[in-house]
Amino acid sequence: MERQIRRVGIGLIVAFIAVFAQLNYIQIFAAERIAENPANSRALLREYSIKRGDILTLDGERVAESTATTGRYKYRRTYPLGELYGHITGFYSIVYGKTRIEASMDDELLGDSGVLSMQEIQDKFLGGGDQGDDVRLTIHSRLQEAAQRALGNNKGAVVAIDPQTGEVRALWDNPAFDPTPLASFDAKEAKVYWNSLDPQSPLSPLISKATSRAYPPGSTMKVLTAAAALESGQYTPKSTFPDPDAIEPCSKTNNEPPCMPLTNQSLTNFTHRACTGTGQIDLFTALRISCDTTFALIGLDIHDEIKKMAEAVGFNEPLQFDVGTEASTYPDVPDDNAPFRAYAAIGQGDAAATPLQMALLAATVANDGEVPRLRLVREVIDSGGGIVQRTDPETTGQAMSAQTAQEITDMMVAVVESGTGIAAQIPGVKVAGKTGTAQTVEGQNPHAWFIAFAPADDPQIAVAVIVENGGSFGSEATGGAVAAPIAKLIMEADRQIRGW
Amino acid sequence: MLVALARDSDKVGLAVPFIVFLTVFYIAAHFAVRKFAPQADPLILPLAAILNAIGLAAIYRLSPKEFGPAQVTWTLVGIALFIATLAFVRDYRTLARYKYTLGFIGVGLLLLPMSPIGKTINGARLWVGVGSFAFQPGEIAKVCLVIFFAAYLAERKELLAIASRRIAGFHVPDLKHFGPLLVMWSLSLAVMFFEKDLGSSLLFFTIFLAMLYIATARIVYMAFGGVLFSIGSYIGYETFSHVQQRVQVWFDVFDQRYIQDEGYQLAQSLFALATGGLFGTGLGQGRPDIIPAAHTDFIFAAIGEELGLLGTAGVLVCFMLLVARGLRIAMRSRDDFGKLLAAGLIISFAVQTIIILAGVTRLLPLTGITLPFMSYGGSSLLSNFILIALLIRISQDISGAPAPAETSEILIGGRG
Repeated sequence: MERQIRRVGIGLIVAFIAVFAQLNYIQIFAAERIAENPANSRALLREYSIKRGDILTLDGERVAESTATTGRYKYRRTYPLGELYGHITGFYSIVYGKTRIEASMDDELLGDSGVLSMQEIQDKFLGGGDQGDDVRLTIHSRLQEAAQRALGNNKGAVVAIDPQTGEVRALWDNPAFDPTPLASFDAKEAKVYWNSLDPQSPLSPLISKATSRAYPPGSTMKVLTAAAALESGQYTPKSTFPDPDAIEPCSKTNNEPPCMPLTNQSLTNFTHRACTGTGQIDLFTALRISCDTTFALIGLDIHDEIKKMAEAVGFNEPLQFDVGTEASTYPDVPDDNAPFRAYAAIGQGDAAATPLQMALLAATVANDGEVPRLRLVREVIDSGGGIVQRTDPETTGQAMSAQTAQEITDMMVAVVESGTGIAAQIPGVKVAGKTGTAQTVEGQNPHAWFIAFAPADDPQIAVAVIVENGGSFGSEATGGAVAAPIAKLIMEADRQIRGW
Repeated sequence: MLVALARDSDKVGLAVPFIVFLTVFYIAAHFAVRKFAPQADPLILPLAAILNAIGLAAIYRLSPKEFGPAQVTWTLVGIALFIATLAFVRDYRTLARYKYTLGFIGVGLLLLPMSPIGKTINGARLWVGVGSFAFQPGEIAKVCLVIFFAAYLAERKELLAIASRRIAGFHVPDLKHFGPLLVMWSLSLAVMFFEKDLGSSLLFFTIFLAMLYIATARIVYMAFGGVLFSIGSYIGYETFSHVQQRVQVWFDVFDQRYIQDEGYQLAQSLFALATGGLFGTGLGQGRPDIIPAAHTDFIFAAIGEELGLLGTAGVLVCFMLLVARGLRIAMRSRDDFGKLLAAGLIISFAVQTIIILAGVTRLLPLTGITLPFMSYGGSSLLSNFILIALLIRISQDISGAPAPAETSEILIGGRG
């Protein structure tokens, strides 16, 4: 019997050794791969045991905070102001991950940024609870509220920037979403709300139109076209252009400019008539009354220069920002497709811009042609109130000379004083602006745009407003009628808040 | 032993009275061994105590208010039962006299959960409950049945081993001698079908098969048993969706289809072990509480997370040493009943350990069963304390001479 017992014993020892080998595999060789599986909630549990930092507005309003719970996750994220800051803070969700500031400032909010403040060192030694740092935004709560009020029920977006610092003071799009239900620990609740937001659609409220949806910018693009024209040295505000009802296709009988080459379609003015009726128009007037044919001709003439300036202001690459952005497009149109150069110059065709990009264009003109670096985060503050990290104003380059910027400013002032943008007038304040009424797909009402800054001689705030499909004005909508009054309300609000 | 107990327990702030009680009880157990079985194997009790202490520490860490104190209480009762077993069973050979009584008790206990007082917990009907008190009779049945098998086989081994005919070149015993094997197989199938307890079913059949082989040295029983086992597994697989699930989960535990449902527990076990790595997160620093049933069947994964491979390997070494000592007792016992009894007891202990360890490490499909001395559970602790008491009792009567070097060196890695 000893022999059989020994054999069975050897079998058992072999089985134990197999278990030991398997343990080596799981705990050493494959450990990292196994532990990194997203279904391993350990990292998440650790993260949720940290009191994540608050997100505050410039003026100290708490827009994201962590509250203690009794569940297995120690802290829960809530957003006291609901959808007003949804596109800024983003969400912090067990089910759907992190977005926007919650994602880009994740390390700081978790207190993991690598910068140890005195307070944190003290906490480490004294065993203070794990606590992240607070993030202070550049958004001013009262301006943000004003933006929401001004846009009202219209679908669209509002962006307001301090042109001297690039700090974004308001960033609102409608429709928006409330991040709180997405941060729920009840996966079912989060899922129901998520699905109600139509997450797969490009029009989902989850997507910030202001930063991530590029629209045809329409006539607001003429600010850029005019600036490139002046900067090229070939034009001045007084340069004159023919003023036809439309630019007809070039043909054997009509081969003198102005004509549209390589097409049988004419480019008609928005009004379907000549802009002045005198047969001639100068550049200054053309911008003031938004004359399409003039800018179409400039587009045909100096396409490459316009594109270069567009890129200097940020087109064709996602804007550097503290949350994700989509790129705006100024198309590269080859010679054999020349009509699209004309369309791009008036913000149609393949041209597309985000409201953030258009606000940055206004801010660049306001900032003497220097492109401010956009910012959404002012500073990071530790639990003891000390500033761990602060971002200082920067510039990403000079897009146009100060003189060009000044000349464009004068033209934009004329737009508001006596042109298409009179609805943006503020008594006692010189406002510079430009309207845009952008054609969209056949059968849909145009988008109404307005970009502006004020005061024109000492710019404090630059604004871009878009109302999708003309809002309540429908087919009668123009940028001047629909978007300009909204921009005016926001500039007035900023004036009231900051007292300029 | 006491150092291990105190050290592991200190880290989780085990209440001082419990340490005192445990220490006193283990010292008492030690003196009981000295008194009732002075020549007995000196390593069995300390090894069991180390495993028990590590298990207690892990359970305390998981559940300091509920399962921790309860497990300490069960341990104290278990040690008392250990002493009582040593005191009352002065000669293990007397047990052979009660073989049929014990056999009936064993089968009765095994089938008890099918009766109206049976309780289904976590899908398996292997509990009996009176009021709020739940007990797993299968654990005690295991010890009773091993005694019965040992006595039965010791008596019949010559008869069962007689090869009266040759089939395909093999000496094959008379067909009627396959009867006991078939009975045991049916019993295992009954456990599987009616109690939905794969682990116990597998365990009982394996124990019997191994003991039959040891008694008769007939490979043919093993072969036949293997065939029966395959048939049983096939029937189980075809009949029960949860058996199919277990196998699918075993193949594809990280598949999105299973990871949040049927495979959740096993995946969490693997995450725990993987998170532990070599050194572990440190006691109290990990999150073994995420694993469902961490304090019972998955205690080993909980230990692996916080004590790392060093901890799990340590536990494994203790189990191996204990099994090696048990096998040594079985080989040295001077009579057939003693050999078979010791072998059966230690094999049941070892197989149960391997089934659950292979399950939680995904070496084999998971079948829920407790880890001896470590998992939370009164029935399991009591039966294992009785089990080692019987082993110690048998070791008292083994040949006094030191073991031949080669066997003990191989099995225990040196003289302990």
